[in-house]
Parts: sequence; structure tokens; C-alpha cells
Amino acid sequence: MDLALAPETLARWQFGITTVYHFLFVPLTISLAALTAGLETAWVRTGKEKYLRATKFWGKLFLINIAMGVVTGIVQEFQFGMNWSDYSRFVGDVFGAPLAFETLIAFFFESTFIGLWIFGWDKLPKKIHLACIWMVSLGTLLSAYFILAANSWMQHPVGYRINEEKGRAELTDFWLVLTQNTTLNQVFHSFSASALTGGAFMVGIAAFHLMRKKHISVMRTSLRLGLVTMAVGGMFTAISGDTLGKVMYEQQPMKMAAAEALWDGESPAPFSVFAYGDVDKGHNEVALEIPGLLSFLAHGDFDSYVPGINDTNEALQEKFGPGDYKPIVPVAYWGFRWMIGFGMASFSLALLGLWLTRKRFLLPAALRTGEDEVPHLVLLRKPLGARLTRLYWRLALWTMAFPLIANAWGWIFTEMGRQPWVVYGVLQTRHAVSPGVSQAEVITSMTVFTLLYGVLAVVEVKLLAKYVKAGPPELTEADLNPPTKIGGDLRDADKPMAFSY
Amino acid sequence: MELHNVWFVLIAFLWIGYFFLEGFDFGIGILTRLLARDRAEKRVLINTIGPVWDGNEVWLLTAGASTFAAFPEWYATLFSGFYLPLLVILVCLIIRGVAFEYRVKRPEERWQRNWETAIFWTSLIPAFLWGVAFGNIVRGVKIDSEFEYVGHVWELLNPYALLGGLVTLTLFTFHGAVFAALKTVGDIRGRARQMALRVGLLTAVLALAFLGWTQLDSGDGASLVAMVVTVAALVAALVANQAGREGWSFALSGATIVAAVTMLFLTLFPNVMPSTLNAEWSLTVTNASSSDYTLKIMTWLAVIALPLVMLYQGWTYWIFRKRIGTQHIADPVH
Repeated sequence: MDLALAPETLARWQFGITTVYHFLFVPLTISLAALTAGLETAWVRTGKEKYLRATKFWGKLFLINIAMGVVTGIVQEFQFGMNWSDYSRFVGDVFGAPLAFETLIAFFFESTFIGLWIFGWDKLPKKIHLACIWMVSLGTLLSAYFILAANSWMQHPVGYRINEEKGRAELTDFWLVLTQNTTLNQVFHSFSASALTGGAFMVGIAAFHLMRKKHISVMRTSLRLGLVTMAVGGMFTAISGDTLGKVMYEQQPMKMAAAEALWDGESPAPFSVFAYGDVDKGHNEVALEIPGLLSFLAHGDFDSYVPGINDTNEALQEKFGPGDYKPIVPVAYWGFRWMIGFGMASFSLALLGLWLTRKRFLLPAALRTGEDEVPHLVLLRKPLGARLTRLYWRLALWTMAFPLIANAWGWIFTEMGRQPWVVYGVLQTRHAVSPGVSQAEVITSMTVFTLLYGVLAVVEVKLLAKYVKAGPPELTEADLNPPTKIGGDLRDADKPMAFSY
Repeated sequence: MELHNVWFVLIAFLWIGYFFLEGFDFGIGILTRLLARDRAEKRVLINTIGPVWDGNEVWLLTAGASTFAAFPEWYATLFSGFYLPLLVILVCLIIRGVAFEYRVKRPEERWQRNWETAIFWTSLIPAFLWGVAFGNIVRGVKIDSEFEYVGHVWELLNPYALLGGLVTLTLFTFHGAVFAALKTVGDIRGRARQMALRVGLLTAVLALAFLGWTQLDSGDGASLVAMVVTVAALVAALVANQAGREGWSFALSGATIVAAVTMLFLTLFPNVMPSTLNAEWSLTVTNASSSDYTLKIMTWLAVIALPLVMLYQGWTYWIFRKRIGTQHIADPVH
């Protein structure tokens, strides 16, 4: 059969499309849940109205987003069995457990407490209402943790044995699956990238309003919170990316060699800035390199040996038998660069933003602004001119998309860089696909998902835009007087609900 | 009891939980067209499940993931074998979830009407298809020696399974109507009770036919008891409904679902997916299950987490226990 339409290829495309799409919403959900919870905490502790308005505003955007995250997540839960039945048979004993933990612990938290939070404004005392959003946030973090543990096992299988008689992998040490260094590093990396994503989302939208001098007090606070989240998230993304990279050099040298298009091992090994090459012949024709840097990224010194694609391929052939163990090198190479490039670009913008909007001691007294004023953007001792100011706000708005792009490429890189393996060193992708599902069936489902997701993307973005433009809501009497007891205060039995569908 | 048997019971429990809870969710969705006279009443119905539908749906995800972990072969055969029907269910659940959340987010009538149409169909189709799926699981399908489903998708639409689909469709609608009577106030409450009577009688006829067929086909003493309990609970639910005892009626329509699903799992055991080609090729609790180590971990998880889940989900229902009428629905735009 034509390779491009082979069931394996189609099933991979479908998995790629649905998963990258799902992961647009995941990091935003993780970070916006925590940020909304943080803002509501500020409201409960200080009683300042701007925090409640900010909670309601960001909470609304969070809900529009999580709805998509939840429904696209259902597909993920079923897809292993539908399209990857041989994978499911082979690894279910190991891989199923973290998924079951995710649903039973994390999904129930998220979905139950989000209902309480949405509908509970007039039913719950404010501290309990606040606890609900923290439970949602905890749910999102636990969910990510368990699914990353499952993915880490695919990257670096541990705590299992092969049962020859049954022809499958069996779990022997669940704790190890949950705590191996791949898991911990992937979790660290994903959480910090999520913070970067949510921070950028907040900064972009705050910039949009500040540029128009609207909703200033709420957006000023949001800008600051967003910038700090982004900067801290960006910093930890870089740190965790570095440690995860070192782990990957140990566990999947092929992935990292492909990420650098390093065809033959070198010591010291250079870091590639740009490369163009011939994949079939296995060498680069054009290469711009920084000497020694790759050795440092892999091992922490500037002269140690880093194996290349060709050497690693030979080593793998010796170990696993004849075959080609190379991933698609250009995808790994450019995926790795888009990930780092877009991620670090938004990190830089956050650092710039933090400096431009600095306060107090670092800023001359004359330039300090009040609660209801748009902050001056000050590079040295004078505010930026109107044009540069607008440029920064615009830039901030556009960079909202950067972490999303970086996240997507990060996953494409790590998943495609692992090929031809679905479970590294244990099971190849071509042995994982459902043998009973026909080409026509996969084409049908892939078309349906792609069209449906496309339509929903348009609906979602338009809805987000509407609520972004509307700005934070005005507070009502009921908002400012939350109930004092569980179930709501019985003032008027016919009072409309604070929120209804 | 051996662990794979424990897990057979737990998987049954998760499906029962799912059908009990999302059963009335689906019913409410269907009733938005059958029962509500205007937009305000539609909103009343939708809001009776507003805070809880999402949590109810997680029972399905948990059933799916637990099957993956405890019976990987079952998960693999079922999900790859029933590929297209599952695709339809997934599409429905995606649209339905978004519909609840987004419908009220714009004031335009066309926008709201479209989402309402979506809620009706995406509730109705899965309510029917789940019955079809379980009909096929219980009756058995063409499974080869490699545990692969080798039949055609049209073979899943056989008379027995279609009858199963009609049973879940009507049973969930009945359950939803009873729930609506319990959770609403005003004019709609009385009409919900009338609707419950009509749909309930229809359900009784269909359920009796389907469960009787099942009993004759593959039943034993235990399944007969479950069948009798199912029918008795359904009749009692109707009686309670006529007497205006809405709480009892809801408990009993729930009991009907519990007993009916129990009966299906009783007839299934010790198979989890029988093969109609060769009895040796049937998936059973032993040949489809995970290792003891995995089942042990899963059991600890279930023992600790499930009661906790039921506790806090129960608490949510208690928080939102008040009946809802049109007067409680604020202006449509948020």
C-alpha cells in the first residue's frame, strides 16, 4: 500500500492533529486555573473590587477555554483503543494505570469543582467558593502529571518486564513510573511552559486594553501578574528544558542527534544554528555552528563526545537488528528550533516588559503612575514615545501566540524524534496500530475530527474575542455580598440564579 | 474473590454510575425538545443539570480508562471493533459539552437555537448508541483468534442491539423526565410527570422485550432475579410518579438502570466480550485482564478514590438541591 495512505501513517496523522489541537488548550487551562485562583485569593484576602472583577474576567476566558480542553480530551481517552489497539494490548498493563489515576483523581476534581465554581457564586461562602477553584487547579496539575508519567514511560520505559508468554509488557514498579527522572523533568518542563503560555495570554490581553486606555486598574494588575508569571515560567522552562535535554541525551541519543542534525559524532560537538542537508546521504551541505556548545548542552562541559545520527543508527542496528532507526531529521531539527525560538522570544518579551514597567526605586518619582493610569514604559530615564509604546503593546498582543507555537513544536519534536519507536526500544509504531481498522475508517474519522475541530476553533476564538473586548464586568450588589452560609442565604426564594446556562 | 473478578464488578459499577448519572443528563437533553414549551423552559431544563453534567460524564472516561488498565484486551477489541459508532458518540459528546457551555454566551437567537438543536441530537444519539453497543457486547460479535473484531460495522446494527438502543433511549428519557419533575417548579413540573408516565410505559414494554430476549438467550437464575428487579423497579417508579412522590420515583428509575445494567453484566460474566465465531476466542475476565500487580494497584486506587468521588459529587447535588423555575433564570446574556 502507498506509504502516505498506510493505516499507520493515517493513524499517526490523526493522533498528531487531535493531540496538538488538544494541547493548545491544556497549558492555558493549567495556568489560567491557577491564575484565576490566585486573583480570587487576592479578592478574598483584600476585599479590593479590582481583584473580583479580574477574577470574573479571566475566569470567563478560562471557562471558554477549558470547555474545549475537556471535550477534546475525551477523544484522547478513547483513541488508544480505537486506532492503536495493538499498542493497547501490548502496554495496557503499564500504560493504563496512570490513565485510570488521571480520570479517577484528576478529572473528577476538575469537572465536579468547576461546576460548583461556575454555579456557586450565590450558593457558597466566598472561602469555600475559592477552595473550589483551587481544587480545579489541583485537578489540572494532577491530570497533567499522570498523563506525563504515562508519556514518559513511552520515552523511557522503566518498572516493567516483558511477559513472553502473553506477549506484552507488565508493570513491576508503578512508583518508579511515577517518579523516574524523565517523568519529573517532563512535568517540570510542561508546568513551566504552561505558566509561560498563560502569562503571555494575560499580558497580551492586558496590553490590548492598556493600548486603548480601557479598564486600566484591572488590566494594570493583570499586566503585572502576567509578566511575572511569564518571566518565572520562561526561566524555569529554559532550566527544565536544559535538564530534560541532558536526560534525553542519555536515554534517546538519536532524538538529540536529530535535533542537532549532527550526522557524525564529534568531540567537542558544536551547536547548530542553521543546517541544510541531504537526509538520504546522511550529511549537511550547509552548517552554521557554535563550537563546543552541544557538548555543554549534553554533558555540561565543552569538550566531551556527542554521538551522531549515523553512529547511533549503527549502534541501534547492532542492538535491535537491521532497520532504520532514524526519525525524520528535518522535523526533529526544526521542531527543536521552533520550540526554543518561540518559547525564548516570549520569555525575552516578558523580561523587557518587566523592566519597562518597573516601579518604585528603579523609577524616577516623576514617572511613577497611579492605580488608574496606564503605566509609562520607561527604557532609561524617559518614557518611550507614543510610537514605541504602541509597538510594545502590539508586540505583546502578538506574542500571545508564541508559547502556543512553542508547545506544539515541543510535542511534535519529542514524539516524532522518538520514531520509529512508540515505546522507545520496546515497541515500534508500525506494530502498534489497530489491524482491524480500515483505511476508509481512519480517513473518515480524521476528516470528521479535522473539520469539527476547525469549526470549533473559529467559534472559540470569536467567543474569546467577544469577551476580551467586553472587558471586566461591572460588579453587582450580589457579587459584593456573597452568601455567608453553604447553600446560599435564604432571602428570596424566587431570586434568579447568579449564573445560569 | 480474585482480582480480575473484582475488576469485572468495578467496571460494571462504573458503567452503572455512568448510565445512572448521564442517563438523566441525556434524558434532559432530549426533553428540551419534547417537554419545554418555550426558550425559558428549555433553559430551566438545561440548568437542572448545569452544575453536574460535566462530573457525570467523567464516569464514562473512568470506565474507559479503567478498562484500559484492568482489561487491556477488552479495551483494545471493543474500541477498535466498534470504531465508527464510537466516533459518532465522541463527536456527539464533543459538541454537547461545548453546546452547554457556549449556548448562553451570545444573545443572538440563531446562535442559541443552533446550540439547542445540538443539545437535543447529541443527547439522543449517544443515548441510543450506548444501548446498541451493550447489546452487541452481551450478544457477542465476530471476534477472531487474535481478539480482533472481523465483522462489518452494519452487523452491529442487528435487531437485538437496535432493540437495546431503543431501551436505553427510552429508559434515559424516562429517567430524565422523572428527574425534571423532581428538580423543577411551576407548570413544567406537572407536564414532566405526565411525560414520565407515557415514556415509562413505552420503556416498560421495550425493556421487557429486550431483557426477556437476553434472558432466553443467555440468562441464568441470577440474571432472572435482576430482570424481575428491573421490571419491578420500573413499575414502582411509575406508581410513585403517579402518586406525586418525585423523590421515590427518581430513586426507583435509577434502580431500574442499576438492575438492568447489572443483568447485562451478569449474563456477560465470565466473558467480557463473547465471540460468535468460536467460544474459545471469547474475551474473558482471565484472558483479557492485566497482571495481578497492576490490578492490585488499581484496586487500591478504586477503594480510596471512588468513595471520595461519590462523597463530593453527592455534596454537589446537595448544594444545588433547590428546584428551578423560569423565575430563577436571569437574563440570557453573560
